[in-house]
Amino acid sequence: MSFFPHLLLALLEGTVAAAVLALSALGLSLVFGVMRVVNVAHGEFFMLGAMLAWWTARMMPGGPLVDFVAALIVAPVAVGFIAFVTERLLLRRIKYDPEATIVATIGLMFVIQQLALTLFGADAKPVAAPFNVRIAFPWFGFSGYKLFVVAASAVLLLAAWWVLSRTRFGLIMRVTQYDGEMATAFGIPVNKVYSAVFVIGAALVAIAAVLIVPIQQAHYLMGLDPLLMSFIVVIIGGLGSIKGSVIAAVIIGLADGIISMFYTPTLAAIIATLAVALVLVARPQGLFGVAAR
Amino acid sequence: MMARSVILHGAIIVALFLLQFVASDYMVLTLTRIMVLAVYAIGYNILFGYAGLLSLGHAMFFGTGLYAAALGSTLGGMPVLAAFALAIIIGGVVSLVMGLIMLRASGVAFMIVTLMFSQAAYLTILYFGDYTRGDEGIVIKDTERLFSVFGRAVDLTDPMLRYNLAAGLLAIAIIVSLVIVRSRLGHVFIAIRENEDRTAMLGYDTGFYKLAAFVLSGTFAATSGAAYALMFAYAGATLASIQYSIHPLLWTLLGGASTVLGPVLGTALMFLLVDFASSFTSANLLMVGAVLIALVLFFPKGILGTVRQRLLPWLP
Repeated sequence: MSFFPHLLLALLEGTVAAAVLALSALGLSLVFGVMRVVNVAHGEFFMLGAMLAWWTARMMPGGPLVDFVAALIVAPVAVGFIAFVTERLLLRRIKYDPEATIVATIGLMFVIQQLALTLFGADAKPVAAPFNVRIAFPWFGFSGYKLFVVAASAVLLLAAWWVLSRTRFGLIMRVTQYDGEMATAFGIPVNKVYSAVFVIGAALVAIAAVLIVPIQQAHYLMGLDPLLMSFIVVIIGGLGSIKGSVIAAVIIGLADGIISMFYTPTLAAIIATLAVALVLVARPQGLFGVAAR
Repeated sequence: MMARSVILHGAIIVALFLLQFVASDYMVLTLTRIMVLAVYAIGYNILFGYAGLLSLGHAMFFGTGLYAAALGSTLGGMPVLAAFALAIIIGGVVSLVMGLIMLRASGVAFMIVTLMFSQAAYLTILYFGDYTRGDEGIVIKDTERLFSVFGRAVDLTDPMLRYNLAAGLLAIAIIVSLVIVRSRLGHVFIAIRENEDRTAMLGYDTGFYKLAAFVLSGTFAATSGAAYALMFAYAGATLASIQYSIHPLLWTLLGGASTVLGPVLGTALMFLLVDFASSFTSANLLMVGAVLIALVLFFPKGILGTVRQRLLPWLP
């Protein structure tokens, strides 16, 4: 292949990477935006979603498409339930203190990792894509499922944006984010909002994992990469800004696709991290963030 | 007031020295490891316990010391002491540069940034696998660990000698930490932890003091890493992974943040706990995670923090 087909392939892979990034960062961005806490176990929720997709595929009769639809229901419900318990037993008891939350969710991260290793084993588990279409370009074929992931990601992001900016529940979330105490004074059950947001964030990342796992494989240590990439996206975009996260995901994803194609993925990850350094030096609050009040 | 804490810390140091006469061979090795890593925890505590900055990326500085010492003595062919000194200097420089960048962020963003940079450093180690040998690691040959001080030959393969060197290093770390904590510098650190804005309003350049705490802490970590590489003749990428950033946090929280001896106690307890548990389970991570959660929920001040609150208010 000559240079241009290579570049096209890199751009396509980059778009897929951007979609994957935006999708995995969405839950983290939402939780941070509203609750002002960072869930380090976010990556493990992703891993659990992927593992559940594999588990559902093994348990369910029927083809990959049935498995996929079943996993899209099972994974977010199960992971959402774990998040609900976490919020009740852990985050609420430490009163959403930012530092304590980070330490506690690091603990949770290790616990979930170890349990996943014990329950599912250490080997990587492939999950079949729900459909297998190859889109033929003159130079190479490209997986239709990957393009489906891009479309699904766009739909989910638009839906999240619509809920946040156009619905009553979105308004309540934004009010809680803006001033929790004042929201309480106006009769908004802030604790319930936090609980709902945390569960939704976890369910979103589980959905992301079900969508993404056919491209990757399920493995008990797979959570770290989405966690760090989500951090990169969320920091560059500005903590708590969904618009910023999406734009950052597109930039990082494309850069990642291109660098991975022409050099190595490790170099791409190093460069992405250094990009964060530059952004921080120039704009500590992120590209689209608002400086802390 | 002054005398009590000096006597206590002096007694601890003497006790560590005396322990070698009663400990078994296996215990000597474990204690050596604990003491070297306790230096790492003490350094971490300066930043986290006193200046109130929670770093999730100190493995980067530990790894810097580790690899600077290992590469210096293998590829560079440097004598042990020179490699050790070089590692400490590089550790200081790296933490200065990183501190200048990372301290641009504050609060939660600071924690995330430290975590990410540390991961980038870890990936960099893997990327240059030709030199660092990645996960497999560098093994320092026994002949490269011989050196002489004032005409006396020193052989780092001798476990007793290693024990005493580690004890000496830990003693220095405890003393330096105690001096810092009791000095004006230490008081400014605590003031920043309690209320950064007010400290700045009182005329202190909080940016400078935070950087100072960061560099001190990073240099301690690099020193510990260098000692680890040279004493145990090994430097591997695992020792620079995220887990090694979390370890000092766990040790410090367990023993008691912002107490001088807390990190030492926490390191020892966690090591012995894992050692004890490994005889009937291999689920080390589960235990680390459970202890972290339990500490945050039920015991946020750690052991010595609680002791100070209830019994010994003078504990530094």
